[in-house]
Amino acid sequence: MAQNKPRTLFDKVWDSHVVERLPDGTCVLYIDRHLVHEVTSPQAFEGLRAAGRGVRRPDATLAVVDHNIPTSDRSQGIAEEESRIQVETLERNVAAFGVPYIPVLDARQGIVHIVGPEQGASLPGMTIVCGDSHTSTHGALGALAFGIGTSEVEHVLATQTLLQKPAKNMSVRVDGTLPPGCTAKDIVLAIIGRIGTAGGNGHVIEFGGEAIRALDMAGRMTVCNMSIEAGARAGLIAPDETTFDYVRGRPFAPQGEAFDRAVAYWRTLPSDPGAIYDTTVTLNAADIAPMVTWGTSPEAVLPITGTVPNPDDEPDAAKRAQIARMVEYMGLTPGQKLSELAVDVVFVGSCTNGRIEDIRAVAQLVQGRRVAPGVRAMVVPGSGLVKLQAEQEGLDRILREAGFEWREAGCSMCLGMNPDKLTPGQRCASTSNRNFEGRQGPGGRTHLLSPAMAAAAAVTGHLTDVRELV
Amino acid sequence: MDAFTTLTAIAAPLPMANVDTDKIIPARFLKTIKRTGLGVNLFDTLRYDADGSERPDFVLNQEPYRRAQILIAHENFGCGSSREHAPWALLDFGIRCVIAPDFADIFHNNTFKNGILPIRLPREVCDLLMQDARLGENARLTIDLEAQVIVRPNGESIRFEIDPFRKHLLLNGLDDIGQTLQHAPAIDSYEARQRQEKSWQPGITI
Repeated sequence: MAQNKPRTLFDKVWDSHVVERLPDGTCVLYIDRHLVHEVTSPQAFEGLRAAGRGVRRPDATLAVVDHNIPTSDRSQGIAEEESRIQVETLERNVAAFGVPYIPVLDARQGIVHIVGPEQGASLPGMTIVCGDSHTSTHGALGALAFGIGTSEVEHVLATQTLLQKPAKNMSVRVDGTLPPGCTAKDIVLAIIGRIGTAGGNGHVIEFGGEAIRALDMAGRMTVCNMSIEAGARAGLIAPDETTFDYVRGRPFAPQGEAFDRAVAYWRTLPSDPGAIYDTTVTLNAADIAPMVTWGTSPEAVLPITGTVPNPDDEPDAAKRAQIARMVEYMGLTPGQKLSELAVDVVFVGSCTNGRIEDIRAVAQLVQGRRVAPGVRAMVVPGSGLVKLQAEQEGLDRILREAGFEWREAGCSMCLGMNPDKLTPGQRCASTSNRNFEGRQGPGGRTHLLSPAMAAAAAVTGHLTDVRELV
Repeated sequence: MDAFTTLTAIAAPLPMANVDTDKIIPARFLKTIKRTGLGVNLFDTLRYDADGSERPDFVLNQEPYRRAQILIAHENFGCGSSREHAPWALLDFGIRCVIAPDFADIFHNNTFKNGILPIRLPREVCDLLMQDARLGENARLTIDLEAQVIVRPNGESIRFEIDPFRKHLLLNGLDDIGQTLQHAPAIDSYEARQRQEKSWQPGITI
């Protein structure tokens, strides 16, 4: 490979982590950070034991529990037996293999993708993996971060590497300025609506353009988090002053003079002028409106001003059947206005939108308002530290007074693996990332949207254009 | 991991696009600490009613597809989460090969690690194979990985492509970690170099 050829951010991070390139192009890729949680790791540690192997780099590994744990008081332990066993298994494994672990009752506990950046464990230019598809979140720092299966978790624990072939480069540029009432979530939902859930397959997406550069780190993480929902292996945003300011001073980040040397390196990472992308997509931020999904795939998304599609308008038979199935599952009527859909539950949280900025946006909108009668509304901070910060700012009081539940950190209702679940037929306005059938509980109906839009739905009792309330 | 050489088996048609990993195995079944035993919950919401009784209209509840070892589906199979429980559930049911126009990346990766062969073929070829599959018991497909062909019930062969390295691992049932550890000296020297070049990068201690 010619060194003078202009390279993308992805190319640079990839190249600097290639330990060895095999004749067929497969690379032994070095992994800088491995984040571990309770659901996808037990079988990996079991595999290590069976083969008599250890963890190669405990100091490059960080474990935390998030998927399984209840978001109510945890001081008395976990009531649900299978969940408790999974958490206890992780605790036994990290002790046996010497892996750094943030315990359940530690203030730093939280969703692995909130905790990594928050602790400075995730840094620009790194390769970061985790047995969870939303590892793409960490790409917001300019790291190559992607989800892996349990066999690969075991592979990284044992070797600190993965066998991988390079992905293709995709550029998604969002030009211009985002209109009022629109957020990072609306940007990424609009992107998925444009390219589809398989649009990024085989690619790493680099997000750029004025509207992306203008986002704070929380917004950038929201965008990269949902790259996987567009099928991409990872999402990336070039590190800049916003990134460096975010990283500075975090516990596991380099400190003092070491930080300056790190920044000098990180400044070399952005794509070179003239770097070639295999695929390029451009959106105009001015065209983006507050978005909401209507179906059971993240690509089934429309502006809140839209109406439920009619399957009969679709010429392709397979797609027609799919739309009809989604309309039926979601309990919708073709032609119905999205803003007329009454919600039973409002969920604010998840690795997509569980950061302090998200909670501030909700509190700002609901201040002086009340959750509509009959609606269950909950806010689940992404980490214990996010919760503490919100409490210091008095946001929990605003939310409680408005009628929201204020809960402990965890994955919660994003995926129905803990007690927070929808019941069959319940309709939920959710700031999470997936609206698949049964994702939030069997028979549950999920509408994905931004924190501000979720807050608007909570106070009106139906999906609502947030621009009407501000 | 079991080697994959040739397979002659019943194929089940699943003419759906975007079959996501929550459909393959819903999150509530991920609380296991084992790799086995997930087959009974494969496609749980498609396969069973709320009371746990089988839905007769779902293909894997019908004869002879209860014994299917090949699954044929539409675009973007396995999209969504990284859960390896999805291939574990397929394998535990008995599926050794999935044929679709394309696959989500992480799922695609995960199948190989479990001795399941994912085959990409154009949509129209998948539809043709689904027609074969609908003939049931008397219409078995044969997958020959060495030759990279699928033999249809009428004797016609369809060629498929596969990454040579992955083919080698599958044919021999080889463990990835064992392969990688052959490169241990290179990993050692990479780490030594990084400690110099990125001396600013701290480790994690709690």
